Amino acid sequence: MDLSKATFWGYRRENGRVGVRNHVIILPLDDLSNAAAEAVAHNIKGCMAVSHPYGRLQFGADLELFFRTLIGTGSNPNVAAVVVIGIEEGWTQHVVDGIAKTGKPAAGLGIELRGDHETIMRASRKAKEYVQWASTLVREERPLRDLWVSTKCGESDPTSGSAANPTAGNAFDKLYGQGATLVFGETTELTGGEHLVAKRCRTPEIAAQFMAMFNRYQEVINRHKVGDLSESQPTKGNIAGGLTTIEEKALGNIQKIGKKCTVDGVLDKAEAPAGPGLWFMDSSSAGAEMVTLVAAAGFAVHFFPTGQGNVIGHPILPVIKICANPRTVRTMSEHIDVDVTRLLRREMNLDQAGDLLLDMMFKTANGRLTSAEVLGHREFVLTRLYESA
Amino acid sequence: MVVHFVVHDEADSVGVVVVEGVKAGDTLTGWIMDQDHIIGMKVLDDIPIGHKLAIKPLAENDTVIKYGEDVGRTIAPIPAGAYLHVHNVKTKRW
Repeated sequence: MDLSKATFWGYRRENGRVGVRNHVIILPLDDLSNAAAEAVAHNIKGCMAVSHPYGRLQFGADLELFFRTLIGTGSNPNVAAVVVIGIEEGWTQHVVDGIAKTGKPAAGLGIELRGDHETIMRASRKAKEYVQWASTLVREERPLRDLWVSTKCGESDPTSGSAANPTAGNAFDKLYGQGATLVFGETTELTGGEHLVAKRCRTPEIAAQFMAMFNRYQEVINRHKVGDLSESQPTKGNIAGGLTTIEEKALGNIQKIGKKCTVDGVLDKAEAPAGPGLWFMDSSSAGAEMVTLVAAAGFAVHFFPTGQGNVIGHPILPVIKICANPRTVRTMSEHIDVDVTRLLRREMNLDQAGDLLLDMMFKTANGRLTSAEVLGHREFVLTRLYESA
Repeated sequence: MVVHFVVHDEADSVGVVVVEGVKAGDTLTGWIMDQDHIIGMKVLDDIPIGHKLAIKPLAENDTVIKYGEDVGRTIAPIPAGAYLHVHNVKTKRW
């Protein structure tokens, strides 16, 4: 596939970033505000509540990550406009101000001294205005390099490492050559292959930053583990699917970054990259946590290879499922966007599989809904660093 | 030709079964992907799709190689063609 002149049709946002969806979201600041946010989303057709269970009494680095994730989600170019609802106005306004830096419409409402009813009424008026405005926006033709693509796999089995992950890796190699912005992560799930990732880093400094993140996460595991982590990493599902050790899982996982691209930098959780290239994000390997973090970093399309059939989606980030396990494709076909089972039957080569995924990436970017979107999978899971105060 | 299992690299000690219904005594066709070679192997156990067989005999405490890399250690001898999983292989990490 010649990608040198490839384009996609996206929504160019006020800050120049390009999105592939046009969501108006109602973003609760905290657990207490989910009910009002969901009521607004029920009242006003064409907007979506992004509920979650946190936002109270967090502090320090955990609070910073919380704000970065919420502000990042609202700032993602797949979002046209945001209404934030919080129990009180201070932190609510902090999130609104963070999102408004992108130039997109954002408004906030506090529930205290108002109650749910008045909050829902005012937020509904704002949401109606935003939805009708967003519905007038039209897609523009944009160069491929404007598309930010993330990857993370889930419910992996050995067919993931043999075919589905190398398919994502082949597509990453091709996108990298066109100056796209790419990210991978899953820090603990590189255990056994960390030396290979370190070798792929562009400079010794980047390799040292990567290893520092890797070693920090290993210390977390060693501090809290009660056994060798079997059934957690690899998961019980991974083991049922045939993965035996974390090393085997990691070496399969690393296939997602292809053979040619180099790691150009490292990112903290939910941190936006400063430029194009392949970035490593220090992140949980739990599917919804990691996808939520890369969405908050601004990524617009996600490649999700699966073996046993992870059904994950995200409220604003289209998640494309790639599968090479014929039993999973047969039993869970409604979840799979790209079937690469022919790769393991030797009926297709990796280059063709990569092109098949890229074809689906363009279709998705241009508006095709993913299986996860159509099935209503909107997993939004915040990473916590420690207990609330 | 039906590929029953795949091997990443000829230096690997394991292959991954990619078809359903593999039974003890079956003679399977394996595809070594990196070198694009075909090999044959008689399996000693029933092996589910996605699970692994040893393609070389391994002694206890041997290193298991997949993707040309160390993926763990054996905790029992494993003959070529036998089912290889958590009952006879453990991680070297954590």
